[in-house]
Amino acid sequence: MTLPEGIQNQVTLEFPSKPENVAFARTAVAVFASQLDFTMDELDEIKVAVSEAVSNAVIHAYGQETGMVRVEAAITTRGELVLRVSDAGRGIEDVDTARQAQWTSRPEERMGLGFTFMEQYMDHVDVESAPGAGTRVTMRKTPAQARIAH
Amino acid sequence: MTADGSATGRNCGYNPESFTPVSRGCSYVQMEARRMADSLIVRLEGELDLHTADAFRAFVRAEMEAAGRVRNLILDLRGVPFIDSSGIGAILGRCREIREERAGRVVALGPRRPVRRVMEMAGLLRLVDVAETQREALALLKEGDPVS
Repeated sequence: MTLPEGIQNQVTLEFPSKPENVAFARTAVAVFASQLDFTMDELDEIKVAVSEAVSNAVIHAYGQETGMVRVEAAITTRGELVLRVSDAGRGIEDVDTARQAQWTSRPEERMGLGFTFMEQYMDHVDVESAPGAGTRVTMRKTPAQARIAH
Repeated sequence: MTADGSATGRNCGYNPESFTPVSRGCSYVQMEARRMADSLIVRLEGELDLHTADAFRAFVRAEMEAAGRVRNLILDLRGVPFIDSSGIGAILGRCREIREERAGRVVALGPRRPVRRVMEMAGLLRLVDVAETQREALALLKEGDPVS
């Protein structure tokens, strides 16, 4: 098997959209990410970002139904961690509004802070979504030590 | 409530002394509550996320109710290595309830570095005082109490 160009290592997790799988996803991704030179603080940040992206999928993607959530984690040959959290659920009509802090479709629950944490803790966050077409969140992070070295 | 007036966690499967296991596996939280003066102290062991936030919410509500005339909540977070926005939302909800229904306050006891950073970023430290020891937490609450 050959890896895609520019990818040094990758793993894919796929699981039902159940709250009890959120901890599994963030822990597994943090273990994978520790192949790079991330500090403990940075690994904690990655855990929070994954937790938020997967929680969003669990809460919003399939309504009362259970669907599948996929988490792909890759390390590029340039030493960057790339995470992709995707679902095949109902999608988001207005991504820009959904990303605004304090906005939430379920008030009192998570304060609409999910995207704020992802954006604060990762270098780049990209959200692709359309009604009925699922949602795909891509997040990137390079260890701060590596950024200084280059 | 026990003979000494403290409320303890129910259904003590994990530790006969006090702990209430909510679930086991990757994501879990165990909770214990006891009363001290006009504060309820809730000690948490485990992670606060989407899976455990509902159990935390229900536990604190039930224990505040059972404890009767307590005003304040001390959340002992020393055993919590992880929190995300679901956990923050659950704590914020309890802050609101305690302020509105009991005119009381919430103190976070010993949040670890990653937990404290998330609380800070969420703006929760504007509503919750932080103490490093239980004594400090009780002193903070006494200090802010206009009656004492």
